[in-house]
Amino acid sequence: MATPNTPLWEVFIRSRNGLAHKHCGSLHAPDATMALQAARDIYTRRGEGLSIWVVPSSAITASDPADKDMMFEPAQSKIYRHPTFYEVPDEVGHM
Amino acid sequence: MATPSITVSETPLVLYTLRRADDALILGHRLSEWCGHAPMLEEDMALSNMALDLIGQARELYSYAAKVEGRDNDEDKLAYLRDVRQYRNLLLVERPNGDFAQTMVRQWLYSTFADRYWLKMMRSTDPTLAAIAAKSEKESAYHLRHASEWIIRLGDGTDESHARAQAAIDDLWAYTGEMFGVDDSERGLIDAGIAIDPTELLPEWLAAVADIAREATLVLPENDWMQQGGRDGCHSEHLGHLLSELQHMQRSFPGASW
Repeated sequence: MATPNTPLWEVFIRSRNGLAHKHCGSLHAPDATMALQAARDIYTRRGEGLSIWVVPSSAITASDPADKDMMFEPAQSKIYRHPTFYEVPDEVGHM
Repeated sequence: MATPSITVSETPLVLYTLRRADDALILGHRLSEWCGHAPMLEEDMALSNMALDLIGQARELYSYAAKVEGRDNDEDKLAYLRDVRQYRNLLLVERPNGDFAQTMVRQWLYSTFADRYWLKMMRSTDPTLAAIAAKSEKESAYHLRHASEWIIRLGDGTDESHARAQAAIDDLWAYTGEMFGVDDSERGLIDAGIAIDPTELLPEWLAAVADIAREATLVLPENDWMQQGGRDGCHSEHLGHLLSELQHMQRSFPGASW
């Protein structure tokens, strides 16, 4: 339950060496130390992780859903930005 | 008709293993009572995780006790078909959950001991106990960290959380001495290197508990009179009630499984 004493934290888990931390959910905790423990208890119970980051949710600056046309629509028509117009020589093999 | 209790041939090694198994099962059961009732979802999960760690430790210890005993008992019979006087756990672990501070102080006092105990037991000359110790130590180390962080926050928190944490320490202190007790049946195991001498852990335990208490602005009681009896099956009235819930299914429906 959310109270002023237990702010919201975002949890990021890295499942294997070499991979990036991925956002996996959020939780409430009084401070960073307890947030890390809660993340371990909630999100790594089945061996999901090797490393955990917790970040105060209030530290995240998010885009406004109302801006999505301006933010994302212009990219939709720029298909030349996808690297799909090149012939890959057979010798290169699997890329 | 209810299923009768089993009998157990308590050789020193069987008794020693049963005592540790009972500690783990009873404390694990106590923590499991919080499932669905903890103050917040995050702590509900943490308490259930710790409960499962402890019940896992109990299973391994019961299985080993049954194997050493060499009769037809097994982990389930040892857990479900012994009556209260046959249970050998510390009185500390059967103390009721009380409020959250009571539960956390109990966990902190026990885990501060258990983590050091398992660390030393990793060098047991008994390979099975040494292997169980290696697994249990990692779990206990986390229980200790989790409980210690809560003690610091409860003690150094609000007036109310401080008062509740202090009351819990005052209430539970007399049950801590039993962790360091040694009786004749354990003396031989200690001499053989199978068991460790828990009295050697007392100064370390006291120093570690005092460190956290200081940070939490809590005061350790001065009294050194300690309650005994659990190791010999003389329990408080609380254990029978706990067992009636824990054992109800197997007593009413013998051999039931799902």
